[in-house]
Amino acid sequence: MELSTHDDQEMRIISVQNSRIDAAVAIEFKEAMRGQIADAPPHIVLDLTAVNFLDSSGLGAIVATMKMLGGKSKLTLAGLTPTVSKVFRLTRMDTVFDLYETVDLARLDLAS
Amino acid sequence: MMQSDTYLPPVRVSVTSGLHAPRHALSALLDRLGPLQLDIEEAGTLELILAEALNNICEHAYSGQENSGPIDIACVHGPNGLQFQIEDEGAPMPGGRTPLGVSADVDVELADMPEGGFGWFLIKDLAKDVQYQRSGTRNQLRLRVAIGLQAAA
Repeated sequence: MELSTHDDQEMRIISVQNSRIDAAVAIEFKEAMRGQIADAPPHIVLDLTAVNFLDSSGLGAIVATMKMLGGKSKLTLAGLTPTVSKVFRLTRMDTVFDLYETVDLARLDLAS
Repeated sequence: MMQSDTYLPPVRVSVTSGLHAPRHALSALLDRLGPLQLDIEEAGTLELILAEALNNICEHAYSGQENSGPIDIACVHGPNGLQFQIEDEGAPMPGGRTPLGVSADVDVELADMPEGGFGWFLIKDLAKDVQYQRSGTRNQLRLRVAIGLQAAA
């Protein structure tokens, strides 16, 4: 699982480089995220632009990441592709996370 | 362009259960269904339904690495879309039926937020005519995905 991370003022942007977050990599994803969220600023934006497939295991791993943060940082998701967006919508997880179409839109909103 | 009254020939894909089995099966299936020219939405729905069904087989019917076995997927294209039959030789479904697949409650405190239990909900929400039966030593899951309908128009 490849993640690229950079801090932008009060925001940490973590971009997933893999095209799938599925059962084959869900545990690996969770562990990789654990390594990226230490000493995180108040906002974490998970950039899913490159991810074209996410199953319920992948969704569970993202929920687990949010729980690992324990409310210390807020996890926001950006760049959801159609199938990924569908999973969040159907499971009503779109009511739990703030979702942005792009990282830039998330950045604009969180900076204001 | 496909003839208006023709359907894709039946497609069969077999894999051995394991961590990467769903990926391999999905990739082979989508490849074989290429002539249907499914759009992103249709292909995504199909992939999601099958991924959840295959994950369940790998994680529950065949639980653990030592306990692995065959997964056979057959797909028939017809006027109502794609009819799938997925068979495995793992443990039967508890109670002889599929879970109800109710949607997990997400209106809860952070600590109680569900990390699982979405799979059967997604299958039952997106697929039609979901039927399970145990036949001898095999599990048979049948479901229909209402896509690829344009060929029957």
